[in-house]
Amino acid sequence: MLRYAASRLVSLILSLVVASLVIFAVLEIIPGDAASFMLGMNAAPDTLAALREQLGLNGSLLSRYLVWVTGMLQGDFGTSYTYRTPVSELIAARMEVSVPLTLYALVLSTAIALPVGLLAAARQGKATDLAVMGTTQLGVAVPNFWFAMILVLIFAVNLRWLPSGGFPGWEKGIWVNVKALTLPAVALALPQASILARVMRSSVLETLTQDYVRTARAKGLNRTQAVLRHAFRNALIPVLTILGLQFSFLLAGAIIIENVFFLPGLGRLIFQGITQRDLIVVKSVVMLLVGAVILVNFLVDLAYALVDPRLRRRA
Amino acid sequence: MSLLSVENLSLSIHGTPILENVSFTMKAGEVFGLVGESGSGKSLTSFSVMGLLPEGAKVSGAAKLQGHDLLALTESQMCHVRGREIGMIFQEPMTALNPVQSIGDQVAETLVIHGAATRAEALRIARDKLNRVGLTEDRFPLSRFPHELSGGQRQRVCIAMAIALRPKLLIADEPTTALDVTTQAQILDLLKDLVAEEGMGLLLITHDLAVVAGVADEVAVMQQGRIVEQGPTEALFRTRAHDYTRRLFAASAHQPDRAATAGTEPLLSVDGVRRSYALPRAGFFGPQPRLEAVKGVSFTLHRGESLGLVGESGCGKSTLTRAILGLEPIQGGSITLCGEKIRAGAVPPAQRARMQVVFQDPYGSFNPRHKVGRLVAEPFHLAPIPPAGQRDRVAAALTEVGLKPSDAEKYIHEFSGGQRQRIAIARALIVRPELIILDEAVSALDVRVRAQILDLLADLQGRLGLSYLFISHDLHVVRAITDRVLVMKSGEIVEQGLTGAVFSAPRHSYTRQLIAATPVIPSDWTVSNDALV
Repeated sequence: MLRYAASRLVSLILSLVVASLVIFAVLEIIPGDAASFMLGMNAAPDTLAALREQLGLNGSLLSRYLVWVTGMLQGDFGTSYTYRTPVSELIAARMEVSVPLTLYALVLSTAIALPVGLLAAARQGKATDLAVMGTTQLGVAVPNFWFAMILVLIFAVNLRWLPSGGFPGWEKGIWVNVKALTLPAVALALPQASILARVMRSSVLETLTQDYVRTARAKGLNRTQAVLRHAFRNALIPVLTILGLQFSFLLAGAIIIENVFFLPGLGRLIFQGITQRDLIVVKSVVMLLVGAVILVNFLVDLAYALVDPRLRRRA
Repeated sequence: MSLLSVENLSLSIHGTPILENVSFTMKAGEVFGLVGESGSGKSLTSFSVMGLLPEGAKVSGAAKLQGHDLLALTESQMCHVRGREIGMIFQEPMTALNPVQSIGDQVAETLVIHGAATRAEALRIARDKLNRVGLTEDRFPLSRFPHELSGGQRQRVCIAMAIALRPKLLIADEPTTALDVTTQAQILDLLKDLVAEEGMGLLLITHDLAVVAGVADEVAVMQQGRIVEQGPTEALFRTRAHDYTRRLFAASAHQPDRAATAGTEPLLSVDGVRRSYALPRAGFFGPQPRLEAVKGVSFTLHRGESLGLVGESGCGKSTLTRAILGLEPIQGGSITLCGEKIRAGAVPPAQRARMQVVFQDPYGSFNPRHKVGRLVAEPFHLAPIPPAGQRDRVAAALTEVGLKPSDAEKYIHEFSGGQRQRIAIARALIVRPELIILDEAVSALDVRVRAQILDLLADLQGRLGLSYLFISHDLHVVRAITDRVLVMKSGEIVEQGLTGAVFSAPRHSYTRQLIAATPVIPSDWTVSNDALV
């Protein structure tokens, strides 16, 4: 197990290095550098040169890459030239919204999808299964911002149970923020849960045809016991894969939902960074998201090994 | 009182009749053999008794276990019977165990699920049962996972699981079909001992008459959902009253009519071939260990010869086959076909056309979306220019293997296993190869179909002057179809010689062991030829 984890860790570090090189290179290729964007079209050449010197843009490619990477490792992502604040502070503020929102949505989606998928598989072809398949089809097809608006109409406008948007900040206490994040989390979770439930259902059905489920039935387990004790864990592997993909999607892909609910999340930060050509922000946030995706994949790999003993020995 | 009495059992699935009035009784402490070809309904008979039938099954009649009709029980009542009163083991030990649970947990589960023991106690009993089936604690702790065990060891775990609650009846559905002969002999011995010790009944389902001959007290022969003949094993084997039984026996002992066509000119020369695989390193910078699958094998196959290669699973025969076909690189030695070296990954079409292969699985080796005509014509892409009259050639090839030219317009799912194997042979024949490699080509077939395919192979060899490399674990088949035989063990050829000589007077201890482990029908049980007419 340790060897497996170590080998995954090595590949995690290699992926991070490759990703940072690619991101750095892409932003190098874009014409114009940070200094020319900050000063605009009509900047005097000597001001430009002075700013370049100040921003450290005159060094060689390699030295600039190393400065960027070592800076990041020390938590220094540079200074945003539109906000005039350190990027690390910007990101930290946005993460306070995005990370809890992502986790909230992910927990909701898993909590809905696994039992529902299991139930549909256990009742294959019966009314419950058909209902689940129909509903999840709808959940996959309907865009989440539409869900979001319907949720706002019902729970914020009509019932007045939950706020329709905004984020008070954690210093105002946990409960108000949980309330503020509930509708966006539900809106994000529903389509993800629909996909996950369908994956879970087909994965369980596939496992149910395996010989070891027949063996379990021959031992005297009833159908439900056979599903829970033998099919479930084996069916989890494809589900874990999808779950990992969903985390990365939710972290950065929540931008539309963030806009619907006026949430200051990472998605909006990167969107603003792009429209204002704030390359330092874009570069840092993209690197951060890539890092998060790679980290989640690492965790998914470890989860695979926990579920399946056959993977523990392979290095 | 009888242990199990099946009375007028009939079964239909979605309206298709499967079983018709199946009746038999078996006593405690007895081994009852249920023999038949695939599709004869022998497995579904046992599933009816277990109440594990697929959706849409309608069953009538009775299956009484010590007088209680199992068919009258509800599903939840059956859950108490399964595992406690009746244990069952299946054909495929490689997939019969849950890959993510330890073997100890899986054996203990039988006890826990029936509330017969606490978890701790169940694990202790599981240890006892695993010891009993020959998996001792030092080498097989309860924490082992199925993937760390061989097929035979896994089948032992399945047996331990099935006998954990000392059931009255054990149903074994082809328990040794997927195993090597030496392992098969051990598992059959274990089952026999358990029956004697525990006084339980064993319902042994198999297609193999020789297995039944060595183990069963009573036998029933099934054909198309009916029992055509039943009685004490020896008496039934001696009289063979029913016509179908007689045909089954004839097919299993079938010897195709073939004359030796072997020349002296070498066609395929394998010289000191080595093949090894890299294993995972011990540490990140540790030395790279290698698994030697083939350790310096040399032999020559002459033009027109039929050469057998026998050995148990894992002995390296499949690796060697792939190396000959140029599908795997070799680390030493050389392989020459018609005087030209075979280089892995760079086999020119003309060389490829000289050797063709027929694989074991008649179900998995065809693209289901292509018509037979296209499947058979596939090797034509080896020709420099597509030959004229492809349709005629396909028609001729299909006729040669005993099919109709019109079959070219059908899809592969319309054919039975035996017919598919004929199509595979047609596909191999169509480019007029000199060498056909038959990799377990008849192992998945029923005895009667197997006899027909062996006849076909013998006939084609006589007419077309083909050479065969016949790879099999089945000694009967190799004996029937080859001139010379190679015996392979752990990557080396331990014995080779004329087939008859090797089988009648084996020199190497491993060959002797293989021959001794192969189940046979006692020679004095055979009916005289007069009785057959």
